[in-house]
Amino acid sequence: MALVLNEEQQMLRDSAKSFIQESSPVGALRKLRDSGEEWSPELWSGMAEMGWTGIAIPEDFGGLEFGYVGAGIVLEECGRTLAASPLLSSSFVCASLLEAVGNEAQKESLLAAIAGGETVFTLALCEGDRFDPTRIATTAAADGDTYVLNGSKKHVLDGDLANTFIVVARLTGDADSEDGLGLFLVDRDTEGLSVSTTLNADNRRVGNLDFESVRVAANAVIGKPGANGAALARALDIGAALSAAELLGVAQESFERTLDYLKDRKQFGVPVASFQALQHRAAQLFCELELCKSCVLKALQAIDQDSPDRSTLVSMAKAKVAKTSKLAVNEAVQMHAGIGMTDEFDIGFFMKRSAAACQEYGDYYFHSDRFAELGGY
Amino acid sequence: MPNLEEFRQQTRAWLEESCPASMRNPINSDKDQCWGGRNWVFESDEQRLWLECMAERGWTAPQWPKEYGGGGLSREEAKILKQEMARITARRPLESFGIDMLGPALLKFASEEQKQRYIPEIIRGEIRWCQGYSEPNAGSDLASLQMRAEDKGDHYLVNGSKVWTSYADKSDWIFCLVRTDFDAPKHKGISFLLFDMTSPGVSTNPIKLISGKSPFCETVCENVKVPKENLVGELNKGWDIAKYLLTHEREMIGGFGLSRAGTKTLGQMAVSAIGVADGRLAERGIRTDIADFEIDEMAFALTIERVVDEAKAGQGTGAASSLLKLYGTELNKDRNELLMSIGGSEALAWESEGGETQAQHWLRSKGNSIEGGTSEIQLNIIAKRILGMPG
Ligand SMILES: Cc1cc2nc3c(=O)[nH]c(=O)nc-3n(C[C@H](O)[C@H](O)[C@H](O)COP(=O)(O)OP(=O)(O)OC[C@H]3O[C@@H](n4cnc5c(N)ncnc54)[C@H](O)[C@@H]3O)c2cc1C
Repeated sequence: MALVLNEEQQMLRDSAKSFIQESSPVGALRKLRDSGEEWSPELWSGMAEMGWTGIAIPEDFGGLEFGYVGAGIVLEECGRTLAASPLLSSSFVCASLLEAVGNEAQKESLLAAIAGGETVFTLALCEGDRFDPTRIATTAAADGDTYVLNGSKKHVLDGDLANTFIVVARLTGDADSEDGLGLFLVDRDTEGLSVSTTLNADNRRVGNLDFESVRVAANAVIGKPGANGAALARALDIGAALSAAELLGVAQESFERTLDYLKDRKQFGVPVASFQALQHRAAQLFCELELCKSCVLKALQAIDQDSPDRSTLVSMAKAKVAKTSKLAVNEAVQMHAGIGMTDEFDIGFFMKRSAAACQEYGDYYFHSDRFAELGGY
Repeated sequence: MPNLEEFRQQTRAWLEESCPASMRNPINSDKDQCWGGRNWVFESDEQRLWLECMAERGWTAPQWPKEYGGGGLSREEAKILKQEMARITARRPLESFGIDMLGPALLKFASEEQKQRYIPEIIRGEIRWCQGYSEPNAGSDLASLQMRAEDKGDHYLVNGSKVWTSYADKSDWIFCLVRTDFDAPKHKGISFLLFDMTSPGVSTNPIKLISGKSPFCETVCENVKVPKENLVGELNKGWDIAKYLLTHEREMIGGFGLSRAGTKTLGQMAVSAIGVADGRLAERGIRTDIADFEIDEMAFALTIERVVDEAKAGQGTGAASSLLKLYGTELNKDRNELLMSIGGSEALAWESEGGETQAQHWLRSKGNSIEGGTSEIQLNIIAKRILGMPG
C-alpha cells in the first residue's frame, strides 16, 4: 500500500482543517480555560454532524467506516488547534472494543449511540501513574451471572464527560498477568462507584474512580471474561497510534508558528531566522517531523490492514513522535524566548498539551521498551 | 496501468532462476561489490554472470530509457524489482558512480550523441567513472574551484588538481568541474567536462584514510588535452549540471542509512554478543540506544518510501535529497557507533582474515557526513530552500 493519502483522505483532511480552524481555533481553548471550562458541547455536536464521532465505526452501526487513517487525519487537525474532545477515548478506542467483542445487542445500541455522539464512553484501565496495561489490581468476582467490582482507577481520560466507563478488571491471575482480564460496562451513576476529577496542565480533566462492590449485570459484560486480550491490545494500539497522530499535529503546528516568528522577529538589525545556530536547529527539527509523518501514516495503515507487525509499528510511531514533540515544544519556547514564557502568548499551550498527549496510551519510554521487546532484545 | 502483479510474478521467477547463489550472500569485503570497468577483476564467474544477465535486461539501471539500454521500468515496477531483489537478498549487480551520479545528469543535459556513447557502457558496467569536484581550496564552497580548462581551438587544455577523488586510481573516466571563464562570478564560469583517465598528463596519488584504506586520491592534471566534444551542456553553465548531479549523489549516500536486506538487526546482534537478563538485553543502556536507533532507521526507511510514493502521486515535497543525505549518513554513523559498543573491546581488532574489520567500517562511516556535501551544508540547504530562512 502506497504511503500517501488517497484522494478521499486528502479531501477529509481539507474539510477537517477548515472545520476545526473555524470552530475551534487555539483561541477557543483560551476562552474555555479563562471561563473555567474544559470542553465545548457545541464543538462536540459539530464533530458529530461532520461524522467524526463515527468515522471509524462500520456503516452497519451508523458510522462512516473511514478507517483509522481517517481518524488520524481528524485528530492531527485537532492537535493543530489543541481542540479538546472525547473523540479518541470514546469514538475510537471504546468503539473499537465494542465492535471487536461486544455482542449484537450491545453493538446495535451502544455503537450507534457513540457514532452519533449521543453518549460518551471512556476506558478505565490504568491504576498507577504510568501507563501499564497489565498492572490491574481491580477485581471482578463472579456472583451468579453478575459480577462485583472492587478497586480503583486513575488518570481516566475524559473522566469528567464520560457517561459510561469500560472498566478493565481482573478475574484471575496476579496483578501483572496479561491474562484473566474482563471488560465491564459501568454507568457513571452506578451505586458504589465514586468519581472525582483532576484538572491537568493542558486544561483537560481526568477521572479517578473508586469501585466499592459495584454490581455489573450480565448484559453489561463485554466479550468473554478472561479472553479479551487480543481486542484490548488492538484497542490500545489504536489509542497509541491515534495519540501519535494528534501529537504530530501539536508538534507540527508549534514548529510552523516558531518558524514564522523567527522570520518576523528582528534583533541586531536582521531577522533572527538568519542566524545559523537557529537555522540548523530548525532544519534538524524539520527532518524529525518528516520522519514522524511517515511513522504515523504507516502505523495507522497497519491497523486498517491488520498487519502482523502492527504493534511494532505503533510503538515506533508513538515513541518517535513523543520524542520529537517534546523537542518541538521545547525549541518553540526557547526560540520565542521572553514572549514564549508569557501566558498571554499561545505557544505555551502547545507545550502543555504535548506533555499530556505524550502520556496517553504510553509514553516514549513505554513504547521504546515495547519496541525492543517485540524486536527480541 | 500494466498488470503489476504479473510483473512481480515474472520478476520473482526470473530472479529465482538467474541470481546465482553466491550473489545472495551478505557483502563481506570490497571485492564482493562489483564496480565493473576496464580493469575490474571479477571475484568469481558468478559475479560476472550476475552483472551480465542483469545488464542485458537493463536492470542495472531499471528506470533508464530502453533506447540507451536501460530497463525502461516505471517507478512502480522498479519498486517491485527492488522488493523482489531484497526478498532473496540479491546483491546489487553493479556499484557505479555512472549509474548513481553521472547517468541522470547525462540523461538530462547531454547531447544525443553523448547519450548514445556513454550511457550504454555505464549500464553494462564497462566504464568506471570517478567524480572530480573537490579541490584543495574548494570543499564546501565548491563553486570557488580553480582547475582551469582553456579553449585551444579544437580542444580544451586542462590544468590543476582535484582532491578526495574516490577511486580515481581505479577509474577509466572522470566527470570533472573546470573553470572556463576566469572573470565571471564564481558560479558562472564553470563547465562540466568528461575525459579519459589514461589521457597524457593525468596522474593520481592515493591518499590513506583513517580506516587504513586508500579509496580516494589526489588527481593532478598537467596540460591534459580534452576534445571539445567532451563538454556536457553549454560552456560556463556547468554549475546547474553539478548541482543536479549532487542531488542524485546525496540520495545514493543517504541510502547508506538503510541496513542491507537479510542482515541481522542490531538488536539480534546485541543479544548474541551481550546476552539476556530478565528477558531483556543485559546491557540496559545499550538496549535503549538500540531501540532509538532502530526506530529512527525504520522511520527513515518509511520516509524514503513516502517520498517516492508522494512523487508518484504528484504530491512531492521536493528538496528531499538533502534530508535523506543528512539523516541517512548520521544514521549510518550511529549504527557503527552502536556496533562498536556492542562489540566492546573485541570490536577494536584491526586485522582480520579477508574482509574489513568493524573498526575499519566504523572509521569509514565518519566520511558519510562529509562526502557529497557535509551535514552542516545539508542543514543550510534545508533551512534556506525548504524552510525559507533568510541570510
Ligand atoms: C570518503 C570521502 C569521499 C569523497 N569522495 C569525493 C569524490 O569522489 N569526489 C569529490 O570531488 N569529492 C569527494 N569528497 C570530498 C567532499 O565532497 C568534501 O570533503 C566535502 O565537500 C567537504 O569539503 P572540505 O573537506 O573541504 O571541508 P570544508 O569545506 O573545509 O569544511 C570544514 C568544516 O566547516 C563546515 N562548513 C563549511 N562551510 C560551512 C557553512 N557555510 N556553514 C556551516 N558549516 C560550514 C563543514 O561542514 C566542515 O565541518 C570525498 C570526501 C570523503 C570524506
